[in-house]
Amino acid sequence: MTETTLEPLAADAGFLTVNKRPTVQKDSADNRWHIPAFVLRLLSPIALLLLWELASQAGWIPSRVIAAPSQIGGTLWAMIVSGELGKHLWVSLHRALLGLGIGVTIGVVAALVTGLSKRGELILDSPMQMLRTIPSLALVPLFILWFGIGEFTKIALIVTGTTFPVYLNLFSGIRNIDPKLIEAANTLGLNRRELIWHVILPGSLPSFFVGLRYSLGISWLALVFVEQINTTAGIGFLASDARDFMRTDVIVICLLIYSVLGLVIDGIIRTLERYALAWRPTFVRT
Amino acid sequence: MAVDLAIDRSNGASGADTSRNPAPVQLRNVVRQFGEQRVIDELDLDIAPAEFVALLGASGSGKTTLLRMLAGLDSIDSGQLRVPLARAAVFQEPRLMPWKSAWRNVVLGLRNGAGKRHAEQALTEVGLAHRVTAFPATLSGGEAQRVALARALVREPKLLLLDEPFAALDALTRIRMHQLIIDLWRKHTPAVLLVTHDVDEAILLADRVIVLADGKIADELRIELPRQRSTAQPGFQAIRTRLLRLLGVDATAGHAPQVPLDAEPAHAAAEQRRRFARTSRVFTTE
Ligand SMILES: Nc1ncnc2c1ncn2[C@@H]1O[C@H](COP(=O)(O)OP(=O)(O)O)[C@@H](O)[C@H]1O
Ligand SMILES: [Mg+2]
Repeated sequence: MTETTLEPLAADAGFLTVNKRPTVQKDSADNRWHIPAFVLRLLSPIALLLLWELASQAGWIPSRVIAAPSQIGGTLWAMIVSGELGKHLWVSLHRALLGLGIGVTIGVVAALVTGLSKRGELILDSPMQMLRTIPSLALVPLFILWFGIGEFTKIALIVTGTTFPVYLNLFSGIRNIDPKLIEAANTLGLNRRELIWHVILPGSLPSFFVGLRYSLGISWLALVFVEQINTTAGIGFLASDARDFMRTDVIVICLLIYSVLGLVIDGIIRTLERYALAWRPTFVRT
Repeated sequence: MAVDLAIDRSNGASGADTSRNPAPVQLRNVVRQFGEQRVIDELDLDIAPAEFVALLGASGSGKTTLLRMLAGLDSIDSGQLRVPLARAAVFQEPRLMPWKSAWRNVVLGLRNGAGKRHAEQALTEVGLAHRVTAFPATLSGGEAQRVALARALVREPKLLLLDEPFAALDALTRIRMHQLIIDLWRKHTPAVLLVTHDVDEAILLADRVIVLADGKIADELRIELPRQRSTAQPGFQAIRTRLLRLLGVDATAGHAPQVPLDAEPAHAAAEQRRRFARTSRVFTTE
C-alpha cells in the first residue's frame, strides 16, 4: 500500500487531516531506500528463533522437549542432501493431491448435478447431507476392514474428507446466485445452457473457492492422520518414526513441512482466485 | 434468436398493416392474481409503435407486476396478451453480470454472436466509450445503468420496458439520463413503457401517462407539450396537478410537494418475495 501521513494535531482535535504529496513517478532519482515489507514481517519470527536458540544453548529447554533451531537446521540440511526428505515429501504430496483431486472432482460433479437440476437434488442431496455428518476420520475402522490398511484407505479417507466442503459450498453458491441476474439472463433470451455458462458457473465460482480452501485444510489434516497409521513413507511416517527415537528435531521438521506446504498451496489458490475472480470488488481496485 | 424475428408480427408486415395500428402491445382483460389478491384486474392496454408511455401508480398498485408480464418474466392468469418477442427490460438495479466487463455484458444481449465492435458502438451511444472493459464493480450507479440500457438497446427491441430505471440515481444523473433516454428512443424508436413514481419524470418523457389503480387503468392522459420539455413549460404544472390528483395527492396544499408515491419498504418486500418465488422456479424447470 502507499503510505499516507496522518497527522492528528492537538490544535486540530476532532479532525482528521491527511497530507499527501502527489506521487511523482521519477525512477530512482528521489527514491529513498525503503525496508521491504517482507523484511519487517520476518523480524519477529527471527527474534523468536534467536530466543529459542539461546534458551536451548543455555540448557533451559532440553532437546528431549524440543531441539534447538540450529540442530533442527542441521538435521534438515542433512535430510535434504541425502534425498530422504524429498522422497517422503513426494509420497505425502502425492497422497494429498490425489485425494484432494478426487474429492474435489466428486464434490463438483455432485454439486452441479444437485445444484442445476431439481431431480438431481431430490435424488442426490439427501444422501450427501447424511454422509457429510459423519466425520471422515470416524470411518477409519470401517475403511480398514473393507480396504485393508494400505494406500487405498489413506486416499479414500482424504477423499471423503475433501468431497463435502466443495459439494456444500458449490451447491449453495449455485442456489444463491442473485435471482435478479437469472431474471436478467432470461429477459436477454439466454437458453439454459447459456444461463449455466454465463451466469450460474461464474456466479458460483467464489463459493467453489471457499469450499476448495476448506477441503485443502481438511486434506492436510487427514494426511497427518492417515500417515500415522501403518506407513513406511511420507512426512507422517517420518514424524511417528522420529517419535519412537525421541528425535524432536525431525518432528519439528515435519511440522514445518506441513505448514510450509499448506502455505504454498494456499498461495496457489490465492493466485488462482486473483485470476478467476478478477471481477470482484476486492480484487478490482488493487 | 431467430425465433424472435420470425414470430414478431408487429413490424415485419407490409405498410398496410402499419396503418391498421399493429400495436406492439395489446392487452385484453388481463388478470394476474397472487392468492386472493387480484393485482391486475381485467386490464386493457394498447401501446402504439414507437410510443412512449409512462405508467404511474401508488406503491403496490401492480406496476412491476404488469411490466414483468410484458417482459415475459411472469405469466398471466387469464386474458389476452400480445407483445413483440423483440423486447428488452431495464430495472431499477442494472442487473449486470459482475464477472463480465461492460462490453461482455452488452454482448450478452446479442443473440447472434456479434462481437466487441457492436458492443463498443452501443456503449459509445450511451457515452461509455471509455469504460468498455470496466467491470461493473468499478462503475458508478449511473454508468452501470447506462450499460444496462446499452445491453437492452443493442437487441433492437420493439418494446423497451423500464421499471423505475432512474429511481436509484442522484438528481443530476437522473436529469442526464432523461435526455439520454429520449435521444435513444428517438434513434431506435422502440415503444417504451416506463414505470415510474415520479410524476415530473412521466410528464417530461412520455407521450402518454397512464395511472394504474385497483389493477385497472384508472386514467390516462396524453401529454401534448412540445418536446425538449421542462418543468417550467406553460401547461406543465397543470398536468402535474391533475396527475397528482388522480394519484390521490392534493398538490395545491402547501408548497407543491415532491411526493414519492412508491414507499421503498413495501417495494423492497415485494421484490424479496418475488426473488424467492423466482429461485424456486428457475431450477424446477428442466
Ligand atoms: N410474487 C408475488 N407473490 C405474492 N404477491 C405479490 C408478488 N409480486 C407482487 N405481489 C403483490 O402484488 C402487488 C403489486 O406489486 P408490484 O407490482 O410490485 O407493485 P408496484 O410495482 O406498483 O409497487 C403488491 O401488493 C405485492 O405485494
Ligand atoms: Mg415496483
